[in-house]
Amino acid sequence: MTNKPLTLAEKVWNDHLVAKGENGSPDLLYIDLHLVHEVTSPQAFDGLRLAGRPVRRLDQTIATEDHNTPTWDIDKPIADVTSRTQINALRENAKEFGVRIHSLGDAEQGIVHVVGPQLGLTMPGITVVCGDSHTSTHGAFGALAMGIGTSEVEHVLATSTLPLQPFKTMAINVEGTLRPGVTAKDIILAVIAKIGTGGGQGYVLEYRGSAIRALSMEARMTICNMSIEAGARAGMVAPDQITYDYLEGRPHAPQGADWDEAIAYWNTLPTDEGAKFDAEVFLDANTLDPFVTWGTNPGQGVSLNDSVPSPDDFVDPNDKAAAVRALEYMDLTPGTKMKDIAVNTVFLGSCTNSRIEDLRAAAAIIEGKTKAEGVRFMVVPGSAKVRLQAEAEGLDKIFKDFGAEWRFAGCSMCLGMNPDQLAPGERSASTSNRNFEGRQGKGARTHLVSPLVAAATAIRGTLSAPADLIDSAEAN
Amino acid sequence: MEKFEVFTGVGAPLRRSNVDTDQIIPAVYLKRITKTGFEDALFAAWRNDPEFVLNQDAYKHAQVLVAGPDFGTGSSREHAVWALRDYGFKCVLSSKFADIFRGNSGKQGLIAGEITDADTEKLWAALEANPGASITINLVEQTATIGDLVVHFEIDEYTKWRLLEGLDDIGLTLRDEQAITDFEAKRPNWMPKTLPAKH
Repeated sequence: MTNKPLTLAEKVWNDHLVAKGENGSPDLLYIDLHLVHEVTSPQAFDGLRLAGRPVRRLDQTIATEDHNTPTWDIDKPIADVTSRTQINALRENAKEFGVRIHSLGDAEQGIVHVVGPQLGLTMPGITVVCGDSHTSTHGAFGALAMGIGTSEVEHVLATSTLPLQPFKTMAINVEGTLRPGVTAKDIILAVIAKIGTGGGQGYVLEYRGSAIRALSMEARMTICNMSIEAGARAGMVAPDQITYDYLEGRPHAPQGADWDEAIAYWNTLPTDEGAKFDAEVFLDANTLDPFVTWGTNPGQGVSLNDSVPSPDDFVDPNDKAAAVRALEYMDLTPGTKMKDIAVNTVFLGSCTNSRIEDLRAAAAIIEGKTKAEGVRFMVVPGSAKVRLQAEAEGLDKIFKDFGAEWRFAGCSMCLGMNPDQLAPGERSASTSNRNFEGRQGKGARTHLVSPLVAAATAIRGTLSAPADLIDSAEAN
Repeated sequence: MEKFEVFTGVGAPLRRSNVDTDQIIPAVYLKRITKTGFEDALFAAWRNDPEFVLNQDAYKHAQVLVAGPDFGTGSSREHAVWALRDYGFKCVLSSKFADIFRGNSGKQGLIAGEITDADTEKLWAALEANPGASITINLVEQTATIGDLVVHFEIDEYTKWRLLEGLDDIGLTLRDEQAITDFEAKRPNWMPKTLPAKH
């Protein structure tokens, strides 16, 4: 044993090595937790069936329905044939192989990345995979969590391992104190704007610094969730007391002596003093504004106080060309103030921002206010549990009184696999993670925002920060 | 994956070159949720033609396909291999395969054996002279035999080894099963367990 200082990611990797790859072949890593949903699993289960293989560790596997599920009329049969077929396939596969499943209507159903942490299954120091790129969410606990493809889903179901090539490490240092109205979503949008959508490729990101340490678990999940939008397969935050307080007492969290043993191990996980990262990025939290996207990839973001950029602002010819295309698709003119952009729809939801804290934050802004005329406000809790909790707190009433649609849990308008889509040409302020062309509906235009900006935008009808509400009240 | 050593089945002569993956399976069949059941999709367009080789009674149950050069070009869809496999094919012989198709075949236990153009002609002639004739594929010896006609086929050593051992990617990992089991024995008790379900 050498005493070489290690990063958090390296420690988790080393502690999961089943076999070290030789001569350039990948390492074989043990996978502790496998989350399954209906879209990327059917061929994987079929592969097992074909080879006559069982699921190796049913006690480390859990399935939920999320991508295709409707958020209205969930007691009626699913109208779309493809969606219904995929969901039925998951139900049949879960039954045949014995996988625990939480189906539509079940209290634990919801977006897979909301359900895992909520049940206390996501823990520090474990490896988590799911056939979904936003699996990076679980890194907020100090877990090594990554999205995988369907053939890898089959591989993990059969072996509880994954052959993986080692990665590089990147520290994202965020120091300082966020100003009121500025959130985790603004941090990650600013990080992606800074390093670009490919900046994290080949790296595991570790979010560090005083601003990160001050964040709640929900907020850390929002940041880790969008690591993939910077091109990184995984993003992590070292566990601390905030992590432990979130976990303790959750249904599947360790108890008694196991809890003590776990804490003792988790305390060894934070990156050692003197450990070397392959790359480092710095962001000043003190000066950060609410961040929004203007373009068609998550890296095309600016401060909400800025204006739509011009292609001439970009030096790199690829960035310049991308800006020209994005401005055309988004139907935006350079120089337009971001705050003058009017939206049709506000979407509060997705694995990025649909947890109870996100709903509370948005509800606090809109309470007693009036929704902008003609603006549709969709609220989609991340899980049935979140929805129930919000109702217990009376948040549903605040949203409904405001004129919002209070819907059932699922991925919903984040990717529009279910009927929750924008019409061509419609524009949204969305708390989700991807503003790609056509993502929320054919010809739909997406601006990624925080829950606070979403709420303020629903009141004013144009992209707005909570601070703008005070300004306009004073002006009146 | 099943171990493959020697296999005998009906041979079908497909006198076409550049059989691309869109011909093997059109894109419309890619929306399915299964990895099996693609037999109806195989050569879907051609199967509307009564003259097509697989529509002839003698070749209906063929399991070895002898095709012209540049077989499996085009898209990377693994469905092309699934469709051939689901129809019943165990082996395709051609003088040239597209790389991705060849790789996908190896993963799914379908032999893609490379033969010379001259041997392709000999096999086609033998199969057409005696419709419904069987070909014996010997992977150990790398030979295809119809009666007295014996031709040699090429296959890379790694794929051959995997097919002989019946190892797919998962099978390869499971060779380390003892290491996995040993690792599992040392995992601490606090690790997450989804079962029994708690709420």
